[in-house]
Order: sequence, then structure tokens, then C-alpha cells
Amino acid sequence: MKSVVRPYGDTTGDGMTQVSFTLPLPHDKKAEGAALQLAAKMGLEPAMLVHAKQMGDGFTFFVVYGSVRHLVELDKVQVVERDFPLLSAKEVNTLVKQKMRRKLSVVGACIGTDAHTVGIDAILNVKGIAGEKGLEYYRELKVVNMGAQVTVPELVAAAKAEKADAVLVSQVVTQRDAHLHNTREMSAAFREALPADRRPLLIVGGPRFDELMTGELGVDRIFGRGTTPREVASYLVHALITNKAERKKAMAA
Amino acid sequence: MSCRYVYVRFCVEIAFMSSSKLGLDPALVHRARALAARAGRPVVDLARSHTTVSVERAVLRLSGMIGADPDGIPWVNRLVDAVREDVGLGHGVALPVFHSLAQHGLEYSAADLTLLAQKAASGSVRFELPTGRAATAAKRAAKRMAAAGIRQIDRNRAERDRMVKRYGDPKQRPWIYLIVATGDIFEDIPQAQAAARAGADVIAVIRSTGQSLLDYVPEGATREGFAGTYATQENFRLMRAALDESSRELGRYVRLTNYASGLCMPEIATLAGLQRLDMMLNDSMYGILFRDINPIRTFVDQRFSRQIHARAGIIINTGEDNYLTTADAVEAAHTVTVSQLLNEYFAHEAGLADWQLGLGHAFEINPDLPESFRLELAHALLARELFPDAPLKWMPPTKHMTGDVFRGNLLDGFFNLVGALTGQGILLVGMMTEAVVTPWLSDRDIALQNVRYVLGAAGNLHEDFVPAPDGFIQRRAHQVLDEAISLLERIENDTLLNAIADGTFGIMKRPADRGKGLDGVARHDDGYYNPATDILETPAKHEEDL
Repeated sequence: MKSVVRPYGDTTGDGMTQVSFTLPLPHDKKAEGAALQLAAKMGLEPAMLVHAKQMGDGFTFFVVYGSVRHLVELDKVQVVERDFPLLSAKEVNTLVKQKMRRKLSVVGACIGTDAHTVGIDAILNVKGIAGEKGLEYYRELKVVNMGAQVTVPELVAAAKAEKADAVLVSQVVTQRDAHLHNTREMSAAFREALPADRRPLLIVGGPRFDELMTGELGVDRIFGRGTTPREVASYLVHALITNKAERKKAMAA
Repeated sequence: MSCRYVYVRFCVEIAFMSSSKLGLDPALVHRARALAARAGRPVVDLARSHTTVSVERAVLRLSGMIGADPDGIPWVNRLVDAVREDVGLGHGVALPVFHSLAQHGLEYSAADLTLLAQKAASGSVRFELPTGRAATAAKRAAKRMAAAGIRQIDRNRAERDRMVKRYGDPKQRPWIYLIVATGDIFEDIPQAQAAARAGADVIAVIRSTGQSLLDYVPEGATREGFAGTYATQENFRLMRAALDESSRELGRYVRLTNYASGLCMPEIATLAGLQRLDMMLNDSMYGILFRDINPIRTFVDQRFSRQIHARAGIIINTGEDNYLTTADAVEAAHTVTVSQLLNEYFAHEAGLADWQLGLGHAFEINPDLPESFRLELAHALLARELFPDAPLKWMPPTKHMTGDVFRGNLLDGFFNLVGALTGQGILLVGMMTEAVVTPWLSDRDIALQNVRYVLGAAGNLHEDFVPAPDGFIQRRAHQVLDEAISLLERIENDTLLNAIADGTFGIMKRPADRGKGLDGVARHDDGYYNPATDILETPAKHEEDL
């Protein structure tokens, strides 16, 4: 395999690239020069300014084509792989239906005094977020969203009543580390109330969590900001179906 | 130029498009409407025999109450909660509240209503139901105060008519509808004004995520929201004033839209009327299906908010586009038609005229499906011909927009073309960066260029566009109408509430005894009194003389 590549326009190695951007300048000669200067600083040399259009009073939109001098060194490319595959809603439904042969039960809540249901609603409500439907939309998931200010005993009771496979807890408020205390209290309560093999998967989410703190908080997974419903659904399938054996082993240990 | 004049002109505009392009059987269309009315009637009866905390708070807002306690809880919430604690909601809050004003030697004024709320919050006032002459006096006072709010709504409507007359309506149909959503009202304002300058006829300010589930309306100008800006009375006022400035500058009246949905629909509708908003998102079932709000709460709140919109001359936009983002746009095409028919019935029942019905639908068919464009045309034309006098709201593709912005721009062009070919009233401008980023300045500019090109190049193509008799488009439209009728028959048999509970719409199951906000619903007791409903249900005398 080649170890170095360049962008491809119509000839190998030509490095041709197309970019568009807006500068906060009215459209004149100077603005066009400014766009070309930016292109050069981005590594496009020579660059062709193929389009410039003023928008409103003080902004101009540019399209620039040019050859970049940068090389891509393939042996230095680093990617962090997600440890579970991202599935479509259809794939999630099919796997649950085939492998579990029943609905996968999810219970969600904001615990403690936290009244910010934005996160849990984005993940659970059909409305979803960023064009992705929430877990309620998944035909094979049975979702109970308990809303805000749910106490830990209420949550445990609901998880038992719903025979929850997974419990999702959202925490936004971080004053005096409330999110950490609440999460520890929650995971301890579940450990106390249910034997390890019947304990639901415990998942917390919120903008201020460190995703590496699962062990310390006693939960199975932490999701940070920008998490989408699809990622959560894919993780549920991964942890409860495709990777179930491994989880069992970890629990026993 | 009154709204009615605009409406007549609009009818003339679409009359020459003729309503026979699809050759729909008038008897079938009549049957569809009759079924929708029969399915909707029990829900209207339910709405007429119940009230909610938000309906009662709206009454107090019409009476002039504003402001919030130091924790940000509005005084209207404090007062309604206190009344509910003492005597329940079944009689409405008007009688106990205005009786209490008299008992405590307070005046019938907004300021003293707030004073009463403060006293109630501190526990120094107990509410009771007045009887006899005290009840008559309380009723009279409540009606006088609510009437003042409704008069303000009437004045705003007349003011809008004057401004439309002075500055004019957009020159073209469809009206171009653009969204701003920064979370900060003071950022929204320059963006909205720039969008208007760039050609937007209607500005919608997206609300903060989660506001629909707040059981109170936040107060004041707000600068922090999640993916949108809170709907507050002050934010409404600030934005309307800014767009009045833009209307003067541009020589066309720029309309403002917000969202009357969620748990505070009646109050938000009231605030929209008080601050002269021009359009409101207001769907009869959206909150139930997509926000898991209790069905009864929603239908009661819906009816009141639509009565306010009717009075305020506000155009409502319904949310049928949402069904197509969850279900398949071909398979579920008839659920859109059914929902439009139900929305029309509920709207008429609440007093809205056809020109106020921005019934929604969307361009959401998978573009990889063969003949997808012809299917879109058939569906859009069906909506046009079923509701010839309604300014339909045409929504752009979202579900099949990917990060491929080039393909997205082409798809938006085809969306715009369907809009032009089928005489849509309001066109929400599609962004090629849908599902990628919140629109950049350049995204919006490119999107508007797209709209202008299509309307300029093919805006009158509907004159030449006549689908072949019994051709693909006609047959598809007939099929969707047939499917809609059989679904309506099922709903009517099953009752609408059961159909919703069974997951007929979207794929959500929403039983009537579940969902958010149910505890804020109360059945009317004998002697329930709501001064606002009392006024709103008395036919307005001379609309034109407003």
C-alpha cells in the first residue's frame, strides 16, 4: 500500500481541492485578495478564486479551487474506534426481535433535584435530536421516561416493575458534584436491590461526565455531550445481545 | 388591506389553478370531511367539558397578569396553584380569584391580581367559591378584565391589517419562511433582520429544546437556550418590534412565527395575540404523539389556543410533516391527509377561517425510490385540491438529507419545484446543511438563491402543469385519498382517543390516561366559568370594523 497520498482532481498527484468559506468583508478586489491569501495559508497554491458573491452588507462568500502542497502520510493516521458498531434503527429492531424475542425494556429518568430533562428527552422522545429519532421510535424497545426529579427508590421500583434491561439516567446539574453523588447513590441502590445477574444495564449521560469514570461510579457506561439516540441504541444491543457473554463474565468477576 | 381581502386575492390566485387537476370525486371528498367531523366530535365534547391549569393561567394573562416570583415561577402559576389547592379547578379560577380580590379590599387590576398571588403564595389567603350576588360580581369583574386582554388582541389584529395595507404582502406565493435559532434573543434579532433583507417573508424563532415540557412560560428577555430561544412575552415583543423596523425598511410586512405547542399552549397563544405574532405552529396531536403529553390535556389546550388564534387573526401551521419523519413517506402518506382533515375540523370548530389554516405536509420520500418526484407531486397536489382555500405549509426534506450538501441542494431544488407547481402557500426554506450544522450565513444565502431561481424560472409553471387523466399522479392521489377514508372509518369506529392509544399515528401508543400534564386537567363542575371562553364564543360583531 502506498504510504503517501495527495488529493485527486483529475490526475494522480495533482492535489486538487475545493473549499468554500465566507469572510466578513464587502465584495471588492481587496476581499478577493484576502480570500486568496487565506487559501495560500491553508496550503492551496496555486489557488483559483472561481466564485465570489456578496451577502448582505458586509459578508462575501468564496469558492476556491487549488492544489494543496500537503501530503497525507498514511502510516501516521490515527483513529479511535468505537468499541461497538453503530447500527441503524432497523438493525437494532431486527437484532432485538431475533435474539431477545421480546421487547427490550428501557427506563429513563433525571434523578435528584435535576429538572433538566433536555438530555433524557433528546435520547428517549420520538422527537429525538439532530434529525435522529429517540429510542421511543424503535419498535422493539419499550421505553418508560419518568421525567425529572425522580428519586432513586422510585427509579429502582420502576425498573423492577418494567423488568428493565437498561436504566438511563441523565444528569445536567453539576453543582457540588451533584451528578457524581446522584450516580453513585443510584448504582449502589441497584446493587443492593437486585442480584448481579438481574441488575439492569446502568447508563448515565450528561455534558460534564468523564467517560472513563464508569468503574468509579459503578455504572456500565457513561455518555458525554453530543451523544445521539442511535449510539445509545447501538450500545444497548452491543451490551445486552451481541456481547452478552462478555458482560456476564465481567459481572461474575 | 384586510386579512379577508388577502384571502380573497389568494383564492383568486389559486382559482385559476382550478381544482380539477386530479379529478377528485366531490362525493368522496365530502365523505372524508364528514368522517373527520364525526371522529373529531367526541374530542371536542371532551375539550368543552374540561379545563387545564394552562387554560386558567391564560385567563389570568388576558387579565393583564405578568411577572414572576424570585425563583422565576410566574405569578399566574402561583395563583392558579393556590386556587387549585383550596377549591380545585373544576369551577375555573376566575370566580374564586375575583371574589377574593373583593373580599380583601383589592382592586380589579392586574397589579392587585399579582398582589393576591403574592399573598396566596405566602399562605395568607384562602380561596372559596362565591355564591349569589358575590358570584355575580366576581363574574362581571372577571369578564371585564379578560375583555381588556381580548381588546388588546383585537387592536393588534387591526394594527397588522393596517401595516399589511401600508407595507404590502410578499409579491410572490409561496411566502418564504426562514428559521433563526441562536438561543439568544439579542443574536436572533440581527439574524432575523438579515434574513428578512435576504428575502424571508416569515421568520420563525425556534424554541429551546425542552420548553414544550415546561409547565410554565419563562419570563423576560432570554439569552440562553438549548438549540433555540425561549418563547417569552418579552422575547415576542422584542422580535416583533425588530421586524416592524424591517417591514418599514423593506416595504413588505415581515411576519413572525413561534410555537404554541407543549404544556403551555393556551398561554403561548395568548402571548402571541398580545404581542402581534402572525403565525403559530399549532398542531392538534403533535404534543401527544411526539412529546408524550396527555391526550386530554392536549385537546383541551388546543381548543382554547385555537380560539385565541382565530380571534387574533393568526395563521396556524400544523405539524403533519412530523409523521413522515418517523414513518415511511409513501406508506404513511394517507395519515398526513387524515391528520389534515382532523386539524381542519378542529380548527373550524374553534373559529379559524380557511385562510388561517397552514396545514402541513412535507417532501420526505426517499429520493432513491423510483418515481419519488412524481409521488411527491401527487401528494402535494392532493393536499392543494382537498384544501383549496388554505395556505398550505410545505416542509423541506430532512430525513434523507445527509452530509452530502451537493445532493442536498439538488433535493431542495426539486422540493421548491413541487412547491411552485402545486401552489403551496408557505414554503419553509430547506438547507443543504440540514443535519450537518445550524445554517451558516452562506447556507441560508445558497438556499434562498435556490428558491429564487425555481420561483423565477418556474413560478407559473402550474398554469401548464396538468397531470394526465388517469395517469400516474392522478391514480396515486386517488389511492391516498381512498386509504385516508378507510383509516378515518376505522378511527371513527374505534374513537379517536382509542386510535391514538393504539398507535395509529406515527407509531406511538398514547393512552388517554397516561402522558405528561394529566394532573393539570380538571373536569368542569356545574357552574364552571371562564370569562375568556365566554367572550371568544360570542361571535365577533363586525370583524371588518376592528
